[in-house]
Amino acid sequence: MQLLKSYILPRVAQWAVVIFVGVTVTFLIPRFSPVNPVDEMIGRMTAFQTIDPAAVVAMRATMEDLYGLDGSLLEQYLAFWRRLIQFDLGPSFQNFPTPVNEFISAGLPWTVGLLTTTTIISWLLGILVGSLVGYNQHRRWAQALERVVIVVYPTPYLIIALILIFIFAFYWPVFPMTGGAQGTPALTWDYISSILRFGFLPALSIVIGGFAFRFIMAKALSTSEIASDYVQYAELAAVPKRRIVMSYVIRNTMLPHVNDLALSLGAMFEGALIVEVMFGYPGLGSKLFTAISNADYNIIMGIVLLSIVGIATGSLIVDLLYPVFDPRVRLR
Amino acid sequence: MLTTLRDLLRFSLSFRFGALILLLVAVAVATSFFAADPPEKRRVVPRKFRGEPPSAQYVLGTTTLGQDVFWMTVTGIRNTLIIAGIAVVIGRGIGVMLGMISGYLGGTTDRVIQSIVESVIVIPRLPLLILIAVILKGGLTFVSLGILIGLLDWAYPSKRYRAQVLSLRERDFTHTAIFSGMSTRKIVVQEHLPFIIPFLLADMVSGFVFSIGIEVTLSYLGLNDLNSLSLGTQIYWANEWSSIFAGKPWVMIAPVVSVIVVAVGFYLVSIGISEYLDPRKRLVRLQTHAQDDAAADHDDDPRKEKEQ
Repeated sequence: MQLLKSYILPRVAQWAVVIFVGVTVTFLIPRFSPVNPVDEMIGRMTAFQTIDPAAVVAMRATMEDLYGLDGSLLEQYLAFWRRLIQFDLGPSFQNFPTPVNEFISAGLPWTVGLLTTTTIISWLLGILVGSLVGYNQHRRWAQALERVVIVVYPTPYLIIALILIFIFAFYWPVFPMTGGAQGTPALTWDYISSILRFGFLPALSIVIGGFAFRFIMAKALSTSEIASDYVQYAELAAVPKRRIVMSYVIRNTMLPHVNDLALSLGAMFEGALIVEVMFGYPGLGSKLFTAISNADYNIIMGIVLLSIVGIATGSLIVDLLYPVFDPRVRLR
Repeated sequence: MLTTLRDLLRFSLSFRFGALILLLVAVAVATSFFAADPPEKRRVVPRKFRGEPPSAQYVLGTTTLGQDVFWMTVTGIRNTLIIAGIAVVIGRGIGVMLGMISGYLGGTTDRVIQSIVESVIVIPRLPLLILIAVILKGGLTFVSLGILIGLLDWAYPSKRYRAQVLSLRERDFTHTAIFSGMSTRKIVVQEHLPFIIPFLLADMVSGFVFSIGIEVTLSYLGLNDLNSLSLGTQIYWANEWSSIFAGKPWVMIAPVVSVIVVAVGFYLVSIGISEYLDPRKRLVRLQTHAQDDAAADHDDDPRKEKEQ
């Protein structure tokens, strides 16, 4: 009960604030931008053809209705929330009557699958290797590895993906370039293995990027941890090195990592978006990219809102798991 | 200032490498002003040299459209750094102000600002940037893109400055200053800013890494001013004309390698500065100084070091 009051409720409140701020910002952006999206849209539609002026006026009215641009700002804002709560994101412009929901739900499983797998792999791998390097920082292999990571860490996901495309899809074509899977969706080995094969390069790009970030943090944390007395005592007592790293150092540096995982989900998601575009992976990133080139404003809006809610919820879940790792929070 | 630079070069391997890379980058930027023709202009290279791999005359090769990749790349580096610079100044400006307001005022203001900052940290920025860039498409220039990136990159920095202010407020010398009747403005400007500025410096340098990444990403999606040159638009066009599959990879390799080199340079320098600010490393440095010349008077006070 104490836990609920002192930890869970404030955290849920924070989640609500995140979504409130995110949705409000998303609502305000098109309304305060110097370019009116409706004018822009009509300009684009009438650029290469002549349309009856009466039809343009009618179109403008329809679009203002679609964008929710009629009425006062407050009315628009309330209507925006109302539609959002009903999951009504409006129709796509490019494929007119098809609702945006349909596009998003087609892409969502791919992104969620890719992101979950790569987040878990890169997080675990980063902590493990980073701590090992932090513990053995005077060994040559550790220093070499650290130098590699120092080059990888500031490199944008886009560039990592480009380089992987260079190597694996062009010079040494072992993995397919674009797509998500082959054959008809079914629980057969052929289909599942094709998912793995197609997903390998996108996943590898995200894992490399996420790993570098986690590695640097794990190395910094474990470097300060091994200076503490208990590690030196364990060394004097001839506790096996593997046990010192695995059961002492990593366990003691775990809490900041769990805490930080919630904060870094957004960055991982951004990486996943761009990597999906690069590899033509059929997730939200590719949908977003197609929508950008078609100026399909409703789909972009829908993906922005979904990603805010999704990332906020993801980090809420991670934070709610925190008491499992930290008895101080659990037993307060 | 010179002492600081000398110490940095002397004690930090990563700073030495980073400074060397940034020096090369600076040379490239300076070179870009001497281009004979505007590098985005097409059909500058004579017809028989178009689409050729790197040679003695065209160091980084040429494009099929008759552009010299070397001049494109140095100009691209310059423009990317302009975008990133604007973004960093704006982002850190907002960050410092919010962090200091939050740290000094405390109470309800602090709580409200902090809960907004925490939310902004969690919200993914790339989709929001894409939304804004799509709306502004066509009207985006380097300056507005820089401002845009800056407006979304202040949450993490402001948290760090707040932490700094909170720790400075509890130091002894702050209490001494308050009891000796110094005005708050004077304490902030004269006593605290000298501690904040080095952090700001390290933070600005590392801010470049993020801004360069975002610029390249947005340009790749076609959301920059595609008629001007930046590293991102260069990658966009190389990809658009599928230079790799046309057997002309050098058009793509030059900007890709430049992005990595520039980003790594900034990152190494920021590691060096943070190491320099680490109090444990400072002790080692002071001991070496003392051994060097016992006559030199080195104080632990960062303001003293600045004056020398």
